[in-house]
Amino acid sequence: MTAVAPGVRAHTLDIAAVLKESALAALVALLLAFPLVGLRTVDVLSRLTIEPHFAEVAVAVVLVFLGRLGMALTREGRPLPVLVASLVVAASAWFLPLPTMPLKLIAVAGGAIIALRAALALRSHHSTLSLAERERRMDRVGARFQDASRLIGPIAVIFAVALPFLPFADRAVVDIGILLLTYIMLGWGLNIVVGLAGLLDLGYVAFYAVGAYSYALLAQYFGFSFWLCLPLAGLLASLSGLLLGFPVLRLRGDYFAIVTLGFGEMIRIILINWYDFTGGPNGISGIPRPSFFGIADFVRNPEPGVLSFHELFGVEYSSIQRIIFLYYLILVLALFVNFFTLRIRKLPIGRAWEALREDDVACTALGINRTNIKLAAFSIAAMFGGFAGSFFATRQGFISPESFSFIESAIILAIVVLGGMGSQAGVVVATLLVIGLPEMFRELSQYRMLAFGIGMVLIMLWRPRGLLAHRDPTILLHKRKSAMQQQQESEDRA
Amino acid sequence: MLKVSGVHTYYGAIEALKGVDLEVVQGEIVTLIGANGAGKSTLLMTICGNPRARFGHVSFEGEDITQLPTFEIIRRGIAQSPEGRRIFARMTVVENLQLGGLTAPKERYADNLEQVFTLFPRLKERREQRGGTLSGGEQQMLSIGRALMSQPRLLLLDEPSLGLAPMIVKQIFNVVREINRSQGVTVFMVEQNAHHALRLAHRGYVLVNGAIALSGTGAELLANEEVRAAYLEGGH
Repeated sequence: MTAVAPGVRAHTLDIAAVLKESALAALVALLLAFPLVGLRTVDVLSRLTIEPHFAEVAVAVVLVFLGRLGMALTREGRPLPVLVASLVVAASAWFLPLPTMPLKLIAVAGGAIIALRAALALRSHHSTLSLAERERRMDRVGARFQDASRLIGPIAVIFAVALPFLPFADRAVVDIGILLLTYIMLGWGLNIVVGLAGLLDLGYVAFYAVGAYSYALLAQYFGFSFWLCLPLAGLLASLSGLLLGFPVLRLRGDYFAIVTLGFGEMIRIILINWYDFTGGPNGISGIPRPSFFGIADFVRNPEPGVLSFHELFGVEYSSIQRIIFLYYLILVLALFVNFFTLRIRKLPIGRAWEALREDDVACTALGINRTNIKLAAFSIAAMFGGFAGSFFATRQGFISPESFSFIESAIILAIVVLGGMGSQAGVVVATLLVIGLPEMFRELSQYRMLAFGIGMVLIMLWRPRGLLAHRDPTILLHKRKSAMQQQQESEDRA
Repeated sequence: MLKVSGVHTYYGAIEALKGVDLEVVQGEIVTLIGANGAGKSTLLMTICGNPRARFGHVSFEGEDITQLPTFEIIRRGIAQSPEGRRIFARMTVVENLQLGGLTAPKERYADNLEQVFTLFPRLKERREQRGGTLSGGEQQMLSIGRALMSQPRLLLLDEPSLGLAPMIVKQIFNVVREINRSQGVTVFMVEQNAHHALRLAHRGYVLVNGAIALSGTGAELLANEEVRAAYLEGGH
């Protein structure tokens, strides 16, 4: 604890040092903002020209300077003026005509955040917390969330089930829901490898691609239906997991990560270059949509001899029926992955995975066959990736290698890591943040990814082990203790 | 029971063990003492096949286990409490013990757990506590308990007294004697705490620079002038 008495902290202020620090931050901001924001390429009469935006750069630099100044002053024990000033800045940014919308957002939000920090510092009389203390506080929040998640979990599932029929749920909402659930499913799948077994897999998207192309190609060449292809895609993806696993699982740590990264790229490059078979960069289009369990199709005018969904249930035809069906399909798939993971954690193999993550030397000393359980983790996760892939293919109706680039792997991994490795609820929260927020803030256009990056940095600063990094024991002999109590106990002991 | 003959182990080009011969007979407690860097832990790890011996042989109950993978060696009935205890810090005591019992028959699990709890009542008290929050002595108990969960016939202990208060060391060594006496588990123990270890052990070996320099019964070694000078006088 660094809870320092207020009198001790209020030492004389070294104004020159603070100004220097702020100026340095502003300089860095200038160097970054000048090429990124200040010079913009614009298409003028089919000619690319550079358009200067120096006003924006200036505003951005000033904002960074003020922000850093505020943070430094808060740290140096002068929170009160900072609080007032940041509120003034935030308020004036709200009313003043700033050059662009994002700048306004940054000014208002930044002012608000610094005001919040200053207010917190004022309230608790110490402006800095040690890292350990901060960790513990966040752990407590995580533990509280974990407790709440026993309640929130079922509520969230009920909400997810009811979503398509809620009044605000138009087609766009259900579409975002499908997207979120796809990533949640991928996150849960990767969580087995990264979160449970502790193997850093940077090429998870490869299995997603194998699943997608399995379905697309089987449907294209043999006319197999989605329901037949779903298990086949899982099987093929899991086989490719085994195939990759055998040579690389003897590697450890960074080396392992690099090989999986390479594997992800290999799959993509094979897909691009095997033109005759996969269609190369053109991808595969016209992938059949899923039928209603092979009984009925989602079409307005079915071919003779084929039932259609709206006739089967005697309702009006609507194109959203198929979307809603897809939504439920991915919901069921994702929940299946979650259920599977929760169950397997309690089995010997699940526990062996966690042991492997904690300490692989001890793990071997206990007679655990490392290679086998790593392979199992790898191929099971790959299978779920394959399921998700074939779902992706049937939902999009079109796939190309572009959908399976490294950034996808990175996003899925980010979801797992940000959520707190091994935490199922964490994956959901992180998906809402990582996928949901950018979807909601599409208006921010190119600043979206900037905000995304800032969010990642902030989480890693404040919560390096992930948002909800609280491991729940898999067996309890007595009454169930709440996560909060456990947290309390371990703090008392520490 | 365990026979190590002419074992040479290398880390890259460095020869850590230079032809070690020793034997552990069923029912014994044998201790291996030696200075830092003499190769004690390396010998224990070599018995477990990680790293493997480049020359020489390790045999257990008449079977050559030199080339077996580690998990196969463990399944033959050898268990190890590794150096630095290496318990799973984020897992509870019971989860740690369960992991130790993965190689034992399932139906024996409850009995084995009860046995460990009888040996270490402290672990029973703390069974739902996370490993990382245990005290050093409790962690050592957990490490030994975890090894016992696999019902080993040979128990390898790597410096069980490391970093523990003298009272706890005594307690741990008493339990080791108990395990050997009442459960008939053969114990091979690596120790720096030569005084305690030699008093506990039936026989002992002294490892110097990767080779056995001396051997004898515990009492003999305790009385030996060289051993006294090198390992007993000077703090222990």
